[in-house]
Amino acid sequence: MASNGIRDRVAIVGMGCTPFGEHWDRSADDLLVDASEQCFASTPALTKDDVDAYWLGTMSSGQSGLVLSRPLGIDYKPVTRVENFCATGSEAFRNACYAVASGAYDVVMAVGVEKLKDSGYSGLVRSNVPGDGTAPELTLTAPAAFSLLDPAYCNKYGVDPADMREAMTHVAWKNHANGAKNERAQFRNEVPKDKIAASPLVAGRLGVFDCSGVSDGAACALIVRAEDADRYTDQPMYVKALSMVAGPASGPIDSSYDYTTFPEVVRCGQDAYRQAGISDPREEISLAEVHDCFTPTELVLMEDLGFSDRGAAWSDELEGAFDLDGRLPVNPDGGLKSFGHPVGASGLRMLFECWLQFRGEAGERQLAVPQLGLTHNLGGRPGTCVSFVSIVGREPS
Amino acid sequence: MTGILGYAAYVPRFRLQRAELAAALGGGGGGRGARAVASYDEDTTTMGVEAARRALRNGDRPRSLAFATTAPAYLDKTNASAIHAALDLGHEGFAVDMAGSARSAIGALRAAASADGGLAVLSDVRTGRPGSADEREGGDGAAAFLFGAGDAIAEVVAEASTTAEFLDRWRLPGESASRSWEERFGLEMYLPLIRDAVRRVLADAGVDEPDHVIVSSPHARAAKMAAKQFPGRVPEEIPPIGYAGAADVGIRLAAVLDRAGPGESILVVSAVDGCDAMLLRTTPALERRRAAEPVSEQAEQGRDLLYATYLTWRGLLEREPPRRPEPERPAGPPSARSEAWKFGFVGTRCEACGQVHVPPRRVCVSCGAVDRMARAPLAGRPGVVVTYTVDRLAFSPSPPIIDAVVDFEGGGRYTLEIADATPDEVDIGTPLELTFRRLYTVDGVHNYFWKARPSGQ
Repeated sequence: MASNGIRDRVAIVGMGCTPFGEHWDRSADDLLVDASEQCFASTPALTKDDVDAYWLGTMSSGQSGLVLSRPLGIDYKPVTRVENFCATGSEAFRNACYAVASGAYDVVMAVGVEKLKDSGYSGLVRSNVPGDGTAPELTLTAPAAFSLLDPAYCNKYGVDPADMREAMTHVAWKNHANGAKNERAQFRNEVPKDKIAASPLVAGRLGVFDCSGVSDGAACALIVRAEDADRYTDQPMYVKALSMVAGPASGPIDSSYDYTTFPEVVRCGQDAYRQAGISDPREEISLAEVHDCFTPTELVLMEDLGFSDRGAAWSDELEGAFDLDGRLPVNPDGGLKSFGHPVGASGLRMLFECWLQFRGEAGERQLAVPQLGLTHNLGGRPGTCVSFVSIVGREPS
Repeated sequence: MTGILGYAAYVPRFRLQRAELAAALGGGGGGRGARAVASYDEDTTTMGVEAARRALRNGDRPRSLAFATTAPAYLDKTNASAIHAALDLGHEGFAVDMAGSARSAIGALRAAASADGGLAVLSDVRTGRPGSADEREGGDGAAAFLFGAGDAIAEVVAEASTTAEFLDRWRLPGESASRSWEERFGLEMYLPLIRDAVRRVLADAGVDEPDHVIVSSPHARAAKMAAKQFPGRVPEEIPPIGYAGAADVGIRLAAVLDRAGPGESILVVSAVDGCDAMLLRTTPALERRRAAEPVSEQAEQGRDLLYATYLTWRGLLEREPPRRPEPERPAGPPSARSEAWKFGFVGTRCEACGQVHVPPRRVCVSCGAVDRMARAPLAGRPGVVVTYTVDRLAFSPSPPIIDAVVDFEGGGRYTLEIADATPDEVDIGTPLELTFRRLYTVDGVHNYFWKARPSGQ
């Protein structure tokens, strides 16, 4: 049994990302063309003809590789469509990286897309396999499922619900403030804390501002062998670790699970740190793009990823540890919260922020010489989810 | 000879005050008292299950089941089979619907009484046009009676019936409300039919004045006048929940059994398109085996509804739904495969390590053992809230949904909707009990499953 990783064996040499938002005027096809054109433009040395294979991530905007090959007019190349809930974009990226690392291809593209705003419904819409009608997620919505974390967390650590509410508010406030500095973000306004705390309730204590944006968007990356990277760009981004974990989905039926952690994320983070040779993530990671689908999720992730001690994420958050100027900036691009969450694109969008930060192209959000970035993508719900963690760096080791 | 071995009634939690109804419809008047109202997630099948579970609390397993209602959840499909499954009775045995008029109740009781281990389940949801007497005076509820040859709490001493064909009340299939002829006509028709049946049953039983008398009829005035003509020694305390159709005679008999002493006679009269009279005699066993939830107690514990909510629940007022897709209908084959789980809340226990799984899994989540599972029925187990939420976005026939992660005593966990409660009644640690409900109906399929409710309601 091993998870050996492919540290520094592949690198990203081009990226593209559309603005995320309510693109009433753009189809999934348009978004795919926009993102891929932007990606090729970022690496003039590469054209579509140079790409040997594609991995496309989409949860619900189409099936099969044709979703990508048709709009891009791909010339008889392998296109693999992957899906892993909200970690779909990361999964496309991971498999694309492995294809290059294996030596099977020289240049591949990972693409993620989602067109969510055509459904006419609020929130995400699941497509279910025929069943017996007893699964709670048939009716229980995603915000409700993640809101279960709030009372459980307060109860376990004796946190005053008012303090927890403030910490959740801080997450939304911080990510909106970051997103306001990002021209591609869905929501580009700073939101005052009192407005966040008083927003209309969606589920449990989660208000509208505790939930990520439902949006349309696409993002993509060109991946080559690390030793070839300098041919295409002067600032490649090196892949240090890729970890994907699917849990046994036992939390909702096993009383040993307490709804204050994602065991999948803990295991996934440990695996990624080992692959990347990281022993102290708090010190070594320069920025983290994490799956802040709902505000309490980000708090729990800080603990699961080792950025906070158990029971301390809420106070770390309130102390500004994860602000843009904090000890570890978390979601400097605005996160799912304000950048938006077009499911299949989100994992690649997180990498896109690392890409910009390493290149010094992050504008008002620019951090001082970041070395290592972490992206974390979650798919599913507390107790029953998949988790992805990547670590990327500006230099090969 | 068989007798009643066990009984129980189920009165749903909600009440429509007649004053609220009158105020909503205008026109003054008002009216006193309230009617019992089945919740939006209840129907005659689910309420029947609740009554039957209570009646079988000491572990009795009926061998046949007869279900009576005027408001079957399905037509051209047996509803008693869902009750049978919810009682975790396996595939053995007979289960039949007696659906039509309220007289079906007597049919079910007689069918059950004729078999050792026969269970009669009487359940009804009474509706009518807004402003009608049926709406105002009706009530929802259920009762169940187990018959057998064992140590009875009451024995059937005599029975007599009359039958006549006349138009008093009727309803065409598909119509949402019944029609009725002018009241005095029904009265003239019913009274002689009732007198005839009652005189014969009293003569047959050798009883002059029964200790208790129940007269149940959809013709309220006929029932009232007959009760005056044949008074019991102990005045009946009619449960203040409204006339409950096919369940009415059962709920009222349960209320009498709640209070009756040993060796007392009970005259049960049901006048529906004729009259059925039955004379019962209680035994000394009654005092030890009364229902755990007396009807009077259940009737008192009501929670008032707005008339608009009532109309919405009964499908008479279509409200704006949340901007969410309707859930898909449950599929036939998966529902059949998981019959014990879905209808009976039966999980499995790992024989290697004891871990309880709901729903069943083949591979133990704790020790990894494969296919070493024993049945673990959990429907009767108390549970406790681990964490919870109020989902204001979710699709529901009556939003918002309250959901809780529930840990069961002795092992097992599941996420369940909370029934019959408001958010302020749920917290971490709140004790819960299971209740069989209809989650929603999509594409003509009722999705029956279990919810949890704060225990001791």
